[in-house]
Amino acid sequence: MVFFLQFLVSGLAQGLIYALLALGFVIVLKCSKAFNVAQGQLVMIGAYLGYTFFVMFEFPVWLSLIAAVGVAILMGLTIERFALRPMVGQDALAIIMVTMGLATVLEGIATLFWSGQYLTFYGYMPVINLSLGVISLASEVVIGIIVAFVVVVILMLFFRYSRTGLAMIATAEDEQVVQSAGIRVTTVYAISWVIACVVAILGGILLGSQGGVTVQLSSVGMKALAVVLLGGMDSIGGAIVAGIMLGVLENIASGYLDPLLPSGGVVNVFPFIVMIVVLIFKPYGLFGTRRIERI
Amino acid sequence: MGLPSGTFSQSYAQDMAIVRTKTQWLLLLVLLIIVFTTPLYLNQSLLAIMIVIGITIISVHGLNILTGYCGQISLGHAAFMAVGGYTSGILVAKLGLSFWAALPCAALAAGIVGLIFGLPSLKIKGFYLIMATVAAQFIIIWVILQLYSITGGATGLSVPRPEIGGFVFESRASYYYLVMAFAVLATFLAKNLVRTRIGRAFIAIRDNDLAAEVMGVNVFRYKLLAFFIGCVFAGVAGALTVHYVTYAFTAQFSFLDSVWYLGMLIAGGMGSTTGAIFGVIFLKVLDYVVTLIGPPLSQILPASIASQASAALGLITRGLVIILIVIFEPRGLAHRWDLIKSYYRLWPFSH
Repeated sequence: MVFFLQFLVSGLAQGLIYALLALGFVIVLKCSKAFNVAQGQLVMIGAYLGYTFFVMFEFPVWLSLIAAVGVAILMGLTIERFALRPMVGQDALAIIMVTMGLATVLEGIATLFWSGQYLTFYGYMPVINLSLGVISLASEVVIGIIVAFVVVVILMLFFRYSRTGLAMIATAEDEQVVQSAGIRVTTVYAISWVIACVVAILGGILLGSQGGVTVQLSSVGMKALAVVLLGGMDSIGGAIVAGIMLGVLENIASGYLDPLLPSGGVVNVFPFIVMIVVLIFKPYGLFGTRRIERI
Repeated sequence: MGLPSGTFSQSYAQDMAIVRTKTQWLLLLVLLIIVFTTPLYLNQSLLAIMIVIGITIISVHGLNILTGYCGQISLGHAAFMAVGGYTSGILVAKLGLSFWAALPCAALAAGIVGLIFGLPSLKIKGFYLIMATVAAQFIIIWVILQLYSITGGATGLSVPRPEIGGFVFESRASYYYLVMAFAVLATFLAKNLVRTRIGRAFIAIRDNDLAAEVMGVNVFRYKLLAFFIGCVFAGVAGALTVHYVTYAFTAQFSFLDSVWYLGMLIAGGMGSTTGAIFGVIFLKVLDYVVTLIGPPLSQILPASIASQASAALGLITRGLVIILIVIFEPRGLAHRWDLIKSYYRLWPFSH
């Protein structure tokens, strides 16, 4: 039972981070109709940036976070302006290929500057000790839960109450109406990419502080995609619920199934099994809107 | 499609022909002669690249039928190649079958696995289908790793070179002829398949599946057929890869490869047989050029990044090239080639 609870809690912590990444993905998809395959690579860059600021530059935590968010904003603006803006109104496949190219470029950058090595930055975050009865939680995991939770809440409030957030929701609904109401759609695109980058880079720092970073970290992007499918492509609340579900299920499944299989690795394939099951039985996810097509 | 001036069709057979004029026959013949005599004057490392190009052309033809003609985007093509490669490898290495018996089995196995993962295409399309094929990629590779006793798991499987009547395709030149024979056959089949009833049904589904259904095209059947045919091509390419490397391991068929097959198709031009060939040659040659300029470049760069510079350079150029092509040449190199041809035919007039 202790075993199970431990999986449950660490799954919850991981799931919140997945939810965060899935949010970044959904926001870009909803606002600018771009299917961002590079989300995982952005996470990886985030983790490497965390290493750079914490270990190489020895910045204090607050300065590191500000610097990382600053870089994220710059990246978001650059990516949107130079790679995605020319693609407005193009085929979905063309946009996917652009983000694929972007993913490759980001991987190249990670190889160039950090040589794709395994790097860790334990112990640079503030220490918060917390133990719930028999379960003990690592300080990094607690921080992960807190930060992910706070960011998700901020984003929810942003979309509910701020003018920009409302403009973004309106853009997701109908671009032409929004344009005639005097909102700049290109600004909305740019903001959606900035949010995706910031969220990915924060997620990267959190994941990196827990388990270190390699180029392989970009595979969490795939997990974010599974979360998005499970939650429904266009539902923000769904992404959060599905993120937590996937994190918990994945931890429990790998905890119990890995010893039974010859070469293990359930964690890596679990999101894809979830994907296939969701696609076959409930293609629009748990909370997504059903699309009805007409000729 | 413009024809050279002065060429008129006098029968339906003439109108249908791919090769229309004596010049075109001559050019085709010259091309084939060049392709089949390259081992005589290319060195071994260039020949190795040509072999990989040949194998990749077969695979991308399959992807072109599935994605370019039928519109079912697949990001799991490398995994379907893996199915073919491992089937052929296991049959030859473990059961002692000849390569020529194993190859059809490999193609069939890849086709059937493709059918299974094509099943969701009945209900879903677009983004959702892409995700199903991504899932296929990872699940297939994971299953291969789990079947340790047959596939060798992470260590891989040693596979012999194919042989025919005592002659083993041991040297690079002989394997080159084998691959090119298959590549030419695959090109011929791919080019003609899309001119048949099946190909037209694929195009109808790609352009508007609801309209196609109303017009009497059995959408589900043809979608599955597209998956089957596309994956049969992949299976053959996978088998040729494994027998060329004489070793089967999962890293040969990674997700990144799947991505790049699609990248090659887009660079060349979707829905065009020549485009598939152009795309493969373009990206493979680009890779080769990068490996050439990598080492001298890393001598100029500061020492801290010099050691990984050429690997990073490869990734960055590939990524940038695909972004630039999608932005500036969205219809691919084949379209540019058509423009050049019609410009040449009409010169010195502009219309």
